[in-house]
Amino acid sequence: METLSPKDALSEGMARRSFLRYAGIGVAAGTIAMTSACKKDKNNNSSNVIDIGSGDVGILNYAYALEQLEAAFYVRVAASPYANITSAESALLTDIRDHEVAHREFFKAALGANAIAGLTVDFSLINFADRTSVLNTAKAFEDLGVAAYNGAGYLIKDAGYLTLAGKIVSVEARHAAYIRNLISPGSYADSTVVDSNGLDKVMPIAQVLPTANQFLSTKVSANNYGYNI
Amino acid sequence: MNFFNIISEIEKVDPEFQDRISPRRAAIKNITSFGSKVAVAALPFAVSTLFKKAYGQTATVAVNDVLNYALKLEYLEAAFYNQGATAAALNIPSADKAYLTTAQNHENQHVAFLKQILGSAAVNAAAAYDFTAKGTFPTVFTNYDTYLAVAQALEDTGVRAYKGQAPNLLGNQTVLSAALAIHSVEARHASAVRQIRRSRGATTTKPWISGSATVANDTGISAVDGNYAGENNVNQGGVDITKLPATSGTTSITAAIESFDEPLTMAQVVALVAPFGVS
Repeated sequence: METLSPKDALSEGMARRSFLRYAGIGVAAGTIAMTSACKKDKNNNSSNVIDIGSGDVGILNYAYALEQLEAAFYVRVAASPYANITSAESALLTDIRDHEVAHREFFKAALGANAIAGLTVDFSLINFADRTSVLNTAKAFEDLGVAAYNGAGYLIKDAGYLTLAGKIVSVEARHAAYIRNLISPGSYADSTVVDSNGLDKVMPIAQVLPTANQFLSTKVSANNYGYNI
Repeated sequence: MNFFNIISEIEKVDPEFQDRISPRRAAIKNITSFGSKVAVAALPFAVSTLFKKAYGQTATVAVNDVLNYALKLEYLEAAFYNQGATAAALNIPSADKAYLTTAQNHENQHVAFLKQILGSAAVNAAAAYDFTAKGTFPTVFTNYDTYLAVAQALEDTGVRAYKGQAPNLLGNQTVLSAALAIHSVEARHASAVRQIRRSRGATTTKPWISGSATVANDTGISAVDGNYAGENNVNQGGVDITKLPATSGTTSITAAIESFDEPLTMAQVVALVAPFGVS
């Protein structure tokens, strides 16, 4: 278990103006039990839940939560590479780390005071020394991220945010295709993710978060989108 | 406003409307599988278009126009891979064939999917395409590396084209979700084609679009500069990504460029594909 570094939100160069429109919609998230995250009482798990909120802020926090998870994962992968990693793999997995960290920091900056707190991850299911374990987890995260953005797009009310989500999801899909080909050449868009109409997966929030929560000590809920904890 | 009047109005211009919204139609059935609360949202795009007209809202691009625009691009991509698959002179390595066949199948599926949704409103494919783009790529079907370069430009451009249309589908669960689901598949293709090119010696080519402060087109092929115009943008929603913290220090300009793909407008894309015979 590790705690993501709660860097202070960068205040320079940010446009929070447009967020103010949504600020009233209500995110009460981020206030819960984070101080106890590192010394968690096992009998008190229920207090360690953060809700994404509602409106566009809720969707952006949803994306922020997923990007936190992905960033923490690749930071670990880059810091402690699996056995026999090639230089090409190392270079591109480090690129992906940098992309995911940029995504995480972007959402944090854009959300400002509306951002949920830093999440505590739980990677006990992953063997970071083992290539198969790492790549299969990467594949799961990337495919999940693509399906999550695809599924949440219609909930976004602001055209600017929708475009931003679109700018990120295609990068996640590029990651997914790369990771999948590392595992099995040619599987970059196989029938496990693309249907017979040539469409990628589109997953609702209530379906994405239970999977993400398997890798989080801080559980993420979406009470306004049919996923309560 | 009476909903059934709307239906009958639509039927005046689209006799197959009832059939189109019937869940028995395979494509619609597929669409409704996207989510559970589709009863209202799955109502066809024609309705939202009509509502826009009825309420005199500021004219955005009509949903059918977006879909036909997408269809034109899918026709182009499908024809490209279909012709490439039968171009013996390309000598496509057997290891790469599965990659390209996957993309080919998807582009043909996208064509069929969009045609099915559009029904009688669907535009036709061009009688013929010019994949040399008026002589810019004379060896497109005889030199495999040229073929891959064109494939990459088409895929990256396709990603940008879909992305640019998302705001025109704002809030439309059915159509936006389908468009996003195609958009990310095109991005998977683009990544895969880039990986093939990388393995064949284009070692600076990454699965994602890279660049620098002065380079938006990371392909090294100046003929496709327009396809990559603006890809080196680092300002996202008012946030300068290079000022954000990274694992150490602040985000590099490379990471800032790579971590966000950029959209193209419909006018930009139309101009880019015109030399291929798309009108």
